[in-house]
Amino acid sequence: MFARGIKRKCFDGEEDIEGTLAGFKAIPSYNLKRQSLLDMSLIKLQLCHMLVEPNLCRSVLIANTARQIQEEMTQDGTWQVINAQNTGQASLDQLASSDILCRSTKEQSDGKLIPSYSSFSKDFEDIQSQDIISDLSTVTSVQASRNPQGNVWEMENSPENRGNFQKSLDQIFGTLENKNPNSVEDLFSDVDNSYYDLDTVLTGTMSNTKMGHCDVLESFSSQTTTNSNINELDHIVEILVES
Amino acid sequence: MLKSKILVIKYYLLDAEWVDSTFFWSLNRSSPKNFTPYLALVENMEGESIFEVDSEDGVGADIISTVEFNHTGELLATGDKGGRVVIFQREPESKNEPHSQGEYNVYSTFQSHEPEFDYLKSLEIEEKINKIKWLPQQNAAHSLLSTNDKTIKLWKVTERDKRPEGYNLKDEEGKLKDLSTVTSLQVPVLKPMDLMVEVSPRRIFANGHTYHINSISVNSDCETYMSADDLRINLWHLAITDRSFNIVDIKPANMEDLTEVITASEFHPHHCNLFVYSSSKGSLRLCDMRASALCDKHSKLFEEPEDPSNRSFFSEIISSVSDVKFSHSGRFMLTRDYLTVKVWDLNMETKPIETYQVHDYLRSKLCSLYENDCIFDKFECAWNGSDSVIMTGAYNNFFRMFDRNTKRDVTLEASRESSKPRAILKPRRVCVGGKRRKDDISVDSLDFTKKILHTAWHPAENIIAIAATNNLYIFQDKVNSEMH
Repeated sequence: MFARGIKRKCFDGEEDIEGTLAGFKAIPSYNLKRQSLLDMSLIKLQLCHMLVEPNLCRSVLIANTARQIQEEMTQDGTWQVINAQNTGQASLDQLASSDILCRSTKEQSDGKLIPSYSSFSKDFEDIQSQDIISDLSTVTSVQASRNPQGNVWEMENSPENRGNFQKSLDQIFGTLENKNPNSVEDLFSDVDNSYYDLDTVLTGTMSNTKMGHCDVLESFSSQTTTNSNINELDHIVEILVES
Repeated sequence: MLKSKILVIKYYLLDAEWVDSTFFWSLNRSSPKNFTPYLALVENMEGESIFEVDSEDGVGADIISTVEFNHTGELLATGDKGGRVVIFQREPESKNEPHSQGEYNVYSTFQSHEPEFDYLKSLEIEEKINKIKWLPQQNAAHSLLSTNDKTIKLWKVTERDKRPEGYNLKDEEGKLKDLSTVTSLQVPVLKPMDLMVEVSPRRIFANGHTYHINSISVNSDCETYMSADDLRINLWHLAITDRSFNIVDIKPANMEDLTEVITASEFHPHHCNLFVYSSSKGSLRLCDMRASALCDKHSKLFEEPEDPSNRSFFSEIISSVSDVKFSHSGRFMLTRDYLTVKVWDLNMETKPIETYQVHDYLRSKLCSLYENDCIFDKFECAWNGSDSVIMTGAYNNFFRMFDRNTKRDVTLEASRESSKPRAILKPRRVCVGGKRRKDDISVDSLDFTKKILHTAWHPAENIIAIAATNNLYIFQDKVNSEMH
């Protein structure tokens, strides 16, 4: 009755991370459980995108749960420690944890860095993405960053390349660093969901037409604030609808 | 169309013996257009099987998604995932057949909603009926509102039992007569005919909601009703379809700030200016439409502080209110969250006056239930006519009743196996380990795919309707000593 596959996988993966944390004295089982819960939440959120009509209430509850876990992990300091071990990047702002979501091959080849992740806060200032932001809940302060780690598709083979939590969140909340919409298509190959706006993704819908939105969105490449993004998105939608 | 008989299962409300006589009614709903009902496990009084039980396949579109009695209890409407509505009517009791007192038979069936495609968003709109609400009857016809995720429809149900005969220009089949054969004039007369129930859509209230409609509620003024989606509540006039008035809007300016959604809402049964809506964070807001046009600011906020000893990552999810119902008196509200039902007094906002554990044994299983999504199941709750007993569903086809006066509770099962004619329906028990009595079910063997989400209680009598996936059970208590 109860699926066990996901948990086990995450659990197995976790051991490697835990093993590399020298001197990390937290109760392993609680942290592991918490981590796997977080991973499970992220998977569920991402799966929402694939559903025809995701349930908004469910999405919000899952996102709140994930946020709660993340906040607790931040308070614990678990968040920072894991990140420092994994990425080897200098910045303490860059956080990471096990990546249960697959990144697109395109992003991997672009060598994306792990975007910074400070909290589940509402901070969109650093978003560089020009894609319409698909968002299920708050998230993300995101900076474009480069991730030298291996392709997550090889995750099972190289557990140390576990990517990063923020990347997962990015994909869930649609703050894709990749300027190429194909990255999203790689993830959701049977759904043409290259572009989202907040409303539509929250309801699992897409506000896109197939005509020329690539060009329209290209012009928004320098958006850096959420608010202006959203206003622009509304504007784009209006244009598309009228055209 | 077959008029299928629903033989009623008898029980004693919360007492002694639950007598189960038969019943149950399951539609073969594989094709919405070519609807043919069939009976499953119908046995007559002698225990002979009348129809064979068909297998429980083709569940998909047949899953009952809502159940609602009308204001007199004479009619019972069910909606299903395939967009169909089936209305049952209670047979009047007759002295000639004492054992067929008050059984519910199929009265009418119609396709209320069809699947639609939203071309702008490239999304399908499900035809599943989320809610049905009856309008108070104002003339010979019955009216009900049915809604799917996006569109509400007003249906009028009328009976025709007479037809005119004796036309001058048409013959019996309706063909034009040869005028030369017409030698005299006659006045058409109304002759009785077989009862025909006609259902027609009178109003379609569309394009009012961006998000999925989760509840509708008819106002006591009988002129307006409200519809609530995840973020907004709209007020409609029953006669006006091209506009609605937004009375609650909790959509944040930035969607990424969204942390709370509306889960259910209902008008007060007597005060046409008051309504309540519940949220995913476990709070209830009572709003007064006289206070302001936009009721974002509540008049009263009902919220129970969290119990710190029970805190977990799932605390918020299990506190999300899945259903809210005013008592018939209008003095109390009943809410259902994942593990409990709570009775609130409108005069006390700080905490509920009563809390009943529905299936507390699941508290230690929340992680698994989160994994398989069961934790998001939305159970409904119901009051009985006198507001003394409350009822709600659970898993394994169990449903629970709580007597507010005696503080006793009972768990019953809606299943074919336990439904033998005239057999006593026995209370069930879930054991958590420790002492296990015979016939107890252990928590680990509960079937979480068999969930009773939708239940309804007759407004006056002790008759309940239980929707168990694609089967409808109607239970009635023994009122007549002849039934012994």
